[in-house]
Amino acid sequence: MLGKLSWAAIPLDQPIPLFTAALVGVVIVGVLAWVTLKGWLPYLWREWITSVDHKRIGIMYILLAMVMLLRGFADAIMMRSQQALAFRSEGYLPPEHYDQIFSAHGTLMIFFVAMPFVIGLMNFVMPLQLGIRDVAFPTLNSVSFWLTATGALLVNISLVVGEFARTGWLPYPPLSEIAYSPGVGVDYYLWSLQISGVGTLLTGVNFVTTVLKIRAPGMNLMRMPMFCWTTLASNLLIVAAFPILTATLAMLLLDRYLGFHFFTNEAGGNVMMFMNLIWAWGHPEVYILILPAFGIFSEVISTFSRKPLFGYRSMVMATMAICALSFTVWLHHFFTMGAGADVNAIFGIASMIIAVPTGVKVFNWLFTMYGGRVVYSQSILWSIAFMITFVIGGMTGVLLAVPPVDFVLHNSLFLVAHFHNVIIGGVLFGAFAGYTYWFPKAFGFRLHEGLGKASFWCWLVGFYVAFMPLYIVGLKGMTRRMQHYDVPDWRPWLLIAAGGTAIILAGIILQIAQLAISIRWRKELRDETGDPWNGRSLEWATPSPPPAFNFAVLPSVEGDEAYWDMKQRARQQAMLGEEPPYADIEMPRNSPTGFICAFFATFMGFALIWHIWWIVVLAAVCAFATFVVFAWRDEVEYVIPADVVARIDRANRTARGETLALSGTPS
Amino acid sequence: MSHAEQDEDSHYVDTAPGDESLDGYEAAEEIRTYLVGLGLATLLTLVSFFINRTALVWEPSIPVALAVLAIAQMGVHLVFFLHITTGPDNVNNVLALAFGVLIVLLVIVGSLWIMAHMNHNMMPIDQIMQMQS
Repeated sequence: MLGKLSWAAIPLDQPIPLFTAALVGVVIVGVLAWVTLKGWLPYLWREWITSVDHKRIGIMYILLAMVMLLRGFADAIMMRSQQALAFRSEGYLPPEHYDQIFSAHGTLMIFFVAMPFVIGLMNFVMPLQLGIRDVAFPTLNSVSFWLTATGALLVNISLVVGEFARTGWLPYPPLSEIAYSPGVGVDYYLWSLQISGVGTLLTGVNFVTTVLKIRAPGMNLMRMPMFCWTTLASNLLIVAAFPILTATLAMLLLDRYLGFHFFTNEAGGNVMMFMNLIWAWGHPEVYILILPAFGIFSEVISTFSRKPLFGYRSMVMATMAICALSFTVWLHHFFTMGAGADVNAIFGIASMIIAVPTGVKVFNWLFTMYGGRVVYSQSILWSIAFMITFVIGGMTGVLLAVPPVDFVLHNSLFLVAHFHNVIIGGVLFGAFAGYTYWFPKAFGFRLHEGLGKASFWCWLVGFYVAFMPLYIVGLKGMTRRMQHYDVPDWRPWLLIAAGGTAIILAGIILQIAQLAISIRWRKELRDETGDPWNGRSLEWATPSPPPAFNFAVLPSVEGDEAYWDMKQRARQQAMLGEEPPYADIEMPRNSPTGFICAFFATFMGFALIWHIWWIVVLAAVCAFATFVVFAWRDEVEYVIPADVVARIDRANRTARGETLALSGTPS
Repeated sequence: MSHAEQDEDSHYVDTAPGDESLDGYEAAEEIRTYLVGLGLATLLTLVSFFINRTALVWEPSIPVALAVLAIAQMGVHLVFFLHITTGPDNVNNVLALAFGVLIVLLVIVGSLWIMAHMNHNMMPIDQIMQMQS
């Protein structure tokens, strides 16, 4: 009846997950009770859960990423404190628990923090920058989000029911095969990634279509803001790479569930095929994450330097070059696994070549700032810190791309330090730069500047204190994923690294405080103009927060920096353009399809993990039925009448006019 | 977003994102295309099953014939179902196809090459056997 599921699945003997689960449970029940008592449930259902508005979906993605960041960071604290304590002792985490923690940390941080954060920012910003009303497939967008949430939920259920994978963030066979991992941990990993992977792939299709097919009149490709270009490149990579992940994980699932032999040692399987395929996805994946961050830095640096982006065309070329080259370097993740010098040399050289377009970008950002009047806001602080940190991380990466060096350093903490250096210093700093930059657009008030800067310094210092020692212990020979060790030489560095984690913790606490205080002081931090940073691209032409339809009349783009040009023209003529003729606007109806599909997908995933076949069938049928009901819908759109549009846009125009009068001459 | 030149562009129909309109003639044309494609695809499938069992062609050439039919099948799918044409409105689709082909080639050729070299640093199997005996 319930497959492999029994009371034994709940880890009653392990206090840490139980305590955590109890705490999380209390928080969830508390929030739910609070929301219900306040009577906000209908509002949440109507305006957020069933929303197909790209802005709302983007915000929910980012919220998911931030909550998951807390969980992933809790894992990081546990790992660092374990290694600080476990010198010639067992520490406080038994090996089987420690292994789950580092696996969950990597899985969560990549798939449920970094991915939702950048997808959320792309969701929110890209249609606004393109001057359009929504993405190409709004309901599909909602489905994508909720399937991602399902994946995150399943990973977190594994904390209380059963266990998580002990195989690392990529489940290398043969360890992940049923013979060596008979528990449900790897299944939790596989099914949560398969389900959220569908969501990510659909996002890729959706966004590529949007950028290529739907843009404001006059917005040709070479007039798109840089962030839209990186969004396009990143989503092309999603469309190209995620099917490889899905196929690879499906083969591992067939091995585990139906006795296939794709990756086993016996019966003709080949373990190396898994490494090959997973990295053929895995390397493009790191560019899927970093390219949108590059786009964010381009926007932020240009805006706060008060200059157009330097070398826009070279930036586009570099982005698309990275997009293609990212598929030619994957072997550098397994230089030491048996290939000869010829294969290793080719992929080593390719890995160095891909650093060139990235270098082009760094110089472009530097030249954008050069001669500009740089405003040191919190967003540009993240960007400058990124440039320094990412160059260090990039150089250790090029170092690791030399095969003989990799033979010495592979699987060591040097590698761990390298990829944290580029992911934290690149993706996460980019996400935070974007978060602080576009927050006023999303909510109509700015984030507190002082607390943001304090948090930034904690993150920056904490990052260096936490990860530079790992380079050193890596060079001293410490391998990754060690539950305990007895080399006295390593101890001081690991203690320093633990201290760094504490500084980062302070940064995170300050970020939470920043959000709370900004909400409390929202009247003082209010952005009346819709253009708090004197921006250059079209998202700043809308009021903050933008209305559901984004633009009362789709803007007509006549230059490289659409909104900057409009502002310049208005300043020269000392007046806004004539009031446009307003018309009714059709917008897609909200739909619970995404939420209901994901609801059933959650049950299906859980039942697949625990071999409860009747729930699998039932949930699959229900999810499909949801889709059929959606496909048969009669009313697709609702109409926002012209007078409502006119009222909203006139308010926006008044605000613009006042700003114009205040700012006077062009700055 | 608001100036005089705006009016030149405001002739386009303001519809919801993802909307497309299709008049009767276009719909009939689309159905015709799909039917032709279905016919060709079925024909090619039948021919490949037929060739597999027939004695009409020289036997060693059968795999080659099947490969040719398979590639023709792909062409039919691309033209009739995925609407890849050489028209000027089709640049996106052609580029997407080219990108897809590039990635598939990189991954497949790369994988074959890598997997062929994976045991490069291993001792030849007969020497391992000798060591064990």
